[in-house]
Amino acid sequence: MPLDTLIPELIKAFWDTLYMVGIALLAAIIAGLPLGVLLFVTDRGLFWENKPLQTVLGFLVNMVRSIPFIILLVALLPLTKLLVGTTIGPTAAAVSLSVAATPFFARIVETSLREVDKGVIEAATAVGATPWMIIKDVLLSDALPGIIHGLTITAISLISYSAMAGIVGGGGVGDLAIRFGYYRYDNTVMITTIIVLLCLVQIVQLAGDSVARWMDKR
Amino acid sequence: MIDIQQVTKIYTLHRTKVVGVDHVSLQIESGEIFGIIGHSGAGKSTLLRCINLLERPTSGRIIVEGTDITSLSGEALREARLKIGMIFQQFCLIRSKTVFENIAFALKAAGKTRAEIEARVHELLELVGLSDKRDAYPSQLSGGQKQRVGIARALANNPSVLLCDEATSALDPATTSSILQLLKQINRELGITVVVITHEMEVIKEICDRVAVMQNGQIVEIGRVYDLFTQPQHPLTRSFVEHILRLDVPERLWQARSGTLVRVLFQGPAAEQAILSDTLQTFRVRANILHGKIEYINDTPLGVLLLELNGEKEEVERAIHYVAERTKGVEVIDRAA
Repeated sequence: MPLDTLIPELIKAFWDTLYMVGIALLAAIIAGLPLGVLLFVTDRGLFWENKPLQTVLGFLVNMVRSIPFIILLVALLPLTKLLVGTTIGPTAAAVSLSVAATPFFARIVETSLREVDKGVIEAATAVGATPWMIIKDVLLSDALPGIIHGLTITAISLISYSAMAGIVGGGGVGDLAIRFGYYRYDNTVMITTIIVLLCLVQIVQLAGDSVARWMDKR
Repeated sequence: MIDIQQVTKIYTLHRTKVVGVDHVSLQIESGEIFGIIGHSGAGKSTLLRCINLLERPTSGRIIVEGTDITSLSGEALREARLKIGMIFQQFCLIRSKTVFENIAFALKAAGKTRAEIEARVHELLELVGLSDKRDAYPSQLSGGQKQRVGIARALANNPSVLLCDEATSALDPATTSSILQLLKQINRELGITVVVITHEMEVIKEICDRVAVMQNGQIVEIGRVYDLFTQPQHPLTRSFVEHILRLDVPERLWQARSGTLVRVLFQGPAAEQAILSDTLQTFRVRANILHGKIEYINDTPLGVLLLELNGEKEEVERAIHYVAERTKGVEVIDRAA
């Protein structure tokens, strides 16, 4: 592909990738964060201990996570059609990405919360704090650096997943690589997209690390 | 008053039942500093945690200042906990929050307004001597300072009871002493009932009015601290007391001695009188002090002396009798050959 066609294609693909990953990250925060908290506080010995609920939630999370993304992508096409009216384009791809991102991030949140000192939760209980105060001011506050790290990992996984969205015409950098680099043997496109993705992942990792470090008061 | 009635706590640990606390009944008076001592695993910590229901007793009742705490749950329990402060061995502060925010957390739990919180935290920091550390994070504080923040947080809502779970066990001796003095001051000035859990007799000696000795989930002895020091009944109590009153004499002195070896315990008024010099002036014996110390238990002296008495056999016996009558605490360790 000549450079003057590649550049505008690449810029559009880049924004498409950011758009898909951004929506999925938002979904992960809106749905995955509460889900992760719920998985943690319904555990044994905690204030909302609820074994049946925890088992059901854990099963759902594992179920979604056990499906390879490429299959999830195809399996969710009817849902995507129902939700956004189409099965191609970045918005359609964002649906599957959101579904994959939510349980992924929920598990990461749950693991980060396990790192919080049980004694501090106990001290907060002893002081007469409400469950909501404990979640907000103890759990999320002390686990925040870990959660930010987790969000970075989720974002990077999503960038990688978003490339697979190219298979169903989802758009984005991965789509570009598959359409031109793979189907048309265009090495220039292939190498350019690899460099773009590499830079994107590096930037996300660096940004995540510095935000987490800034928030860490250990 | 904290009235603990027939409290039992049974755990299931790795599918086996473990009795943590075994039918303990205990009354802790309002305004006293009550100690519970025992080795690790004795159940003292579990018993303490039953008082604010961090652990719910398997059976039995606990009544704190007239409220049956064991009958509460949910919101009522949360409100009752506002009036029971607790401090911990590992301090347990929220590490992502400043000193101010950690103390404010307790006040937020009580639904205080911003202005009330601001004023009360200021007061509390003054009380624990940390006014200059208001905006520091826990990681920037020493162990003693962290415990002071813990104390301020525990006292935030003017509790009637302060529970101390091995509060000084992670601190060095000098810091331990300053924290104990602070607890004593809080007890005196604010009239708060303090319950202290420890495995160190030094802590009991320094601040407690009464003490219970725990072993295998049961209380084996209970009484005023001074009485337990002078007349320990249970072997465990004796071992705790001996740890404080033990007099170690170098082997060389044991071998070189020729007279009768006696250990004299001076208690109460006797510790403040010149009994020893009276004895030496009345009888024709010579005394050699091998070792000795005076401990002050709640400002009452308790002295121990290890003496070697030399002289005519009868004179020595009469001298021992004389001292025994005046101190009621003479133990002949080894008679002269």
